[in-house]
Amino acid sequence: MSKTATITKVAGPLVVANGMSDAKMYEVVKVSKEKLIGEVIELHGEEASIQVYEETSGIGPGEPVELTGNTLSVELAPGLLTSIYDGIQRPLELIEKEAQSPFITRGIEVPGLSRSAKWDFTATASVGDEVSGGDILGTVPETTLIEHKVMVPPNLSGTVEEVKSGNFTIEEVIAVIKDADGKKHEVAMLQKWPIRIPRPVQGKLIPSEPLITGMRVLDMLFPIARGGSGAIPGPFGAGKTVTQQSLAKYCNAQVIVYIGCGERGNEMTEVLTEFPHLKDPNSGEPLMKRTIMIANTSNMPVAAREASVYTGITIAEYYRDMGYDVALMADSTSRWAEAMREMSGRLEEMPGEEGYPAYLGSRTAGFYERAGIVECAGSDSRKGSLSVIGAVSPPGGDFSEPVTQNTLRVTKVFWALDAKLAYKRHFPAINWLQSYTLYADNLEGWYGKEIAEDFASNRRRAQEILQDESKLEEIVRLVGMDALSPKEQLTMETARMIREDFLFQNGFDPVDAYSSLQKQYRLLKSILTFADMAEPVIVQEDFEFKKLQELPVKEEIAQASFFPEEEVEESFNKLDETIRSQISSL
Amino acid sequence: MSTAYKTVHDIAGPLLMVKDVEGVAYDELCEIELTDGSKRLGKVLESREGLAVVQLFESAQGATTEGTKVRFLGRTFELGVSEDMLGRIFNGSGKPMDNGPEIVPEKKLDINGAPINPASRDFPDDFIQTGISTIDVLNTLVRGQKLPIFSGAGLPHAQLAAQIARQARVLTEGEVAEGKGAETVEKDDKFAVVFAAMGVTFEEAQFFKNEFEKTGALSRAVLFLNTADNPVAERIATPRLALTAAEYLAYEKDYHVTVIITDMTNYCEALREISAARKEVPGRRGYPGYLYTDLATLYERAGRIKGKKGSITQIPILTMPEDDVTHPIPDLTGYITEGQIRLDRGLHQKTIFPPVIPMGSLSRLKGKAQGEGVTREDHSGMDAQLTACYARGVEVRELAVILGESSLSDTDKAYLKFADRFEKEFITQGENENRSIFDSLNIGWDLLTEIPRSELKRVKPAQIETYMKKKKEAAEAVTA
Repeated sequence: MSKTATITKVAGPLVVANGMSDAKMYEVVKVSKEKLIGEVIELHGEEASIQVYEETSGIGPGEPVELTGNTLSVELAPGLLTSIYDGIQRPLELIEKEAQSPFITRGIEVPGLSRSAKWDFTATASVGDEVSGGDILGTVPETTLIEHKVMVPPNLSGTVEEVKSGNFTIEEVIAVIKDADGKKHEVAMLQKWPIRIPRPVQGKLIPSEPLITGMRVLDMLFPIARGGSGAIPGPFGAGKTVTQQSLAKYCNAQVIVYIGCGERGNEMTEVLTEFPHLKDPNSGEPLMKRTIMIANTSNMPVAAREASVYTGITIAEYYRDMGYDVALMADSTSRWAEAMREMSGRLEEMPGEEGYPAYLGSRTAGFYERAGIVECAGSDSRKGSLSVIGAVSPPGGDFSEPVTQNTLRVTKVFWALDAKLAYKRHFPAINWLQSYTLYADNLEGWYGKEIAEDFASNRRRAQEILQDESKLEEIVRLVGMDALSPKEQLTMETARMIREDFLFQNGFDPVDAYSSLQKQYRLLKSILTFADMAEPVIVQEDFEFKKLQELPVKEEIAQASFFPEEEVEESFNKLDETIRSQISSL
Repeated sequence: MSTAYKTVHDIAGPLLMVKDVEGVAYDELCEIELTDGSKRLGKVLESREGLAVVQLFESAQGATTEGTKVRFLGRTFELGVSEDMLGRIFNGSGKPMDNGPEIVPEKKLDINGAPINPASRDFPDDFIQTGISTIDVLNTLVRGQKLPIFSGAGLPHAQLAAQIARQARVLTEGEVAEGKGAETVEKDDKFAVVFAAMGVTFEEAQFFKNEFEKTGALSRAVLFLNTADNPVAERIATPRLALTAAEYLAYEKDYHVTVIITDMTNYCEALREISAARKEVPGRRGYPGYLYTDLATLYERAGRIKGKKGSITQIPILTMPEDDVTHPIPDLTGYITEGQIRLDRGLHQKTIFPPVIPMGSLSRLKGKAQGEGVTREDHSGMDAQLTACYARGVEVRELAVILGESSLSDTDKAYLKFADRFEKEFITQGENENRSIFDSLNIGWDLLTEIPRSELKRVKPAQIETYMKKKKEAAEAVTA
């Protein structure tokens, strides 16, 4: 179906067209002779406002607009993993080929997934099976890490009339399903789903397991649950992107969707060059095999930036529906909000706070609510999870601005990046006094069972010590260290060890970059042991505190984060022994 | 496209509304002929049926609603480029202003460029030695990086930028292996500087011109000058012209181009002026909501491309109003660029040059440009250690103001002494002093002798052995 209408106004990424009475909201249209991709975002009778996903210079009134009848959708089928897309699921490598230039030119139409690649489909459903949306028809080994499950499209149910294994392209029919009315539906591996609508699930569950990240400050102090949502706000230079990339590398999700939304080109290139060489710690395979990347850099069209987060999360949901643990990183959601602001400004909408549209809050909430641990659609009650971690870039590092505030209203974990820590080269620069997690109670049971009984109590103690330190610091600033009692001095000393030897983590060191939970637990425990052992000693009369500070074992504790993972048990046993013997010799 | 419209309806600031137009495209270039016959350039900001909003690149003075002719040229703003541009000086709209002949263009390029496909980019990891310790060791510059200088009114950013442009070069493998490499080795002959000035004073523009002339770099430079008395709206085009020239030289002629843009604050102000004239909904501090996107289309035009020999390294300069880093201009810039070199008024007042403050300065791409094979194995540890020690030292200094120096612990006193020496020996250097990265690192080791060994947690023990001892032995040899 195609009907033509004409452009009446062009202002940046906003195009207004007349003769659009047949258009639907969020319908994809092709604008001008160059066939630029756009999406209808407002309708006024005959007139439609269109946000265009490509540069509009050179386009003028009088040019045609073509309706496509489809809403903006992503293509879902084997081949998604290892891909690098722009904001509207065009593979960047194909764009390069098509444009024959390292620059992105206009009017390039490339499919999101290869139509010619053949995939080895093994049917798991059989003829005669009663199936409904989400049920698995068969599998495809998509990469060595991930088995792609081909599911019955969400709105279809009936009896399997035909299903065949073999080598197929994604458009070839692999099954035929007869619905209740006796109508036969041909099913191919390729399915489409509109990006602005969450994919259906049976039901949501309460998260109870942690998403393990290998970063001590996160796992120990502010853990996020699998299926949870978190925000990383921070001023520039505090390490948002480094933290996001670390998460993408080390977190124990099975599939990673990484959205570079309005960020730096070179940073995306870094991920693109690094990931194929990084190995998945569990399988030894390149990390890229479990990763999908959306790269819509800051100089690429602003409207596609708006779409990029939805494109990413829809793909993430698709893998969640297969029963995988998926983690999505969006860097940065502030750029997404700014894209909304820009479009809203061009539409001449009444602005809310700081020029952002009034619907900023509801859109943000809608996005983060797509996270969760769920019982997937389908009848085998498999579970999948989607964890969403969004970076926020507040102007001037001021957390009171609308995007941060709206994000905090819906996310349960808050990792506050602190420029002051970054200046001191304390990384990850996550402020331990400001950050919080609401999952701690949910996860306590898991930690107690899987790691150690006193995991949670150690965690609380470490936090108390850090809290106390911040109070004592104020006193020291006024009257000096000497005014503190020996016990308080010990608190300061312990806090310092927690900060410098436990929370500080060198992301560039091959050993220190990832810490197993076991190692994290033992390291913190050693520090606490040091404090416990020292306490009765320092309160003795005439004890010189300096002696404790000069114990050689302190240097060993400082090096403990570099203990190899394989030797955690024995290394820490030895360390604890040294701590005991040295302190008791005082 | 030679229809001349005489239907100018409104003139407001640098904007013209032209009525009853037909077939005008967004972003199209147009020529405005005034009643006295003089011609000015403009571009279409908004195109509706029967109405075009035109932004002049020059002043609207003398324009009239009656008699002014507007001709739409059917193309966007293009710059004619050729290798002959090297050694030439142009005004802010790309016209020669050095009394030389017009450039015979090899081709014409749209000054807006196009975004580089992230998949086509090559990751920048070539270490550039600038000969400035605070940059080389702490905020390592990389070929293809965009690293702005965050300055303030009255700070010596121009001198610093000129020094970088003069000294910047890539070390050879031999030099890295030997651990040498200060003195002037012949510069890569495919090296060029593109300089864009927006709204700077005549003197500042002249300073750069003289600098380039003095060092003979002018023959390898292309200058685009829009001084403070030139039209405001022209400033929107100036950096784009410069970057278009740079892209041509880098990606088609294999040059390693350093682009210096000064002053981005003036550019943003010009953008705000036009936005205000269009009566757009303002964002923070009256700047338009699309300031981030607009700045990104400039800053992102830096980098390397797979399969191309050349590169673009951008060093934009901006003066932070009131030295406030949270002001929208430095703030949004910092979110796009790969770090920043921050100049500090406190250091400047202590007559320290260059007043680069380690806290608040950052190079995001330094990770791959530090360490064995690129510089020296102790580089990244040294970077972290020096910065951490100096930050602590400054804290102690503040503490000493309240408590008095005598009440400090021995460790704190050591940090205090370190901070003083760090400022005098590491940060401070001459405007013409070209320190090799290895010399800079050695100064670092010398300074770290002030700090107790147990405090040195960021450098590897083995490296302390190697480098600090070497230093000590050398010192002993001298005294003996």
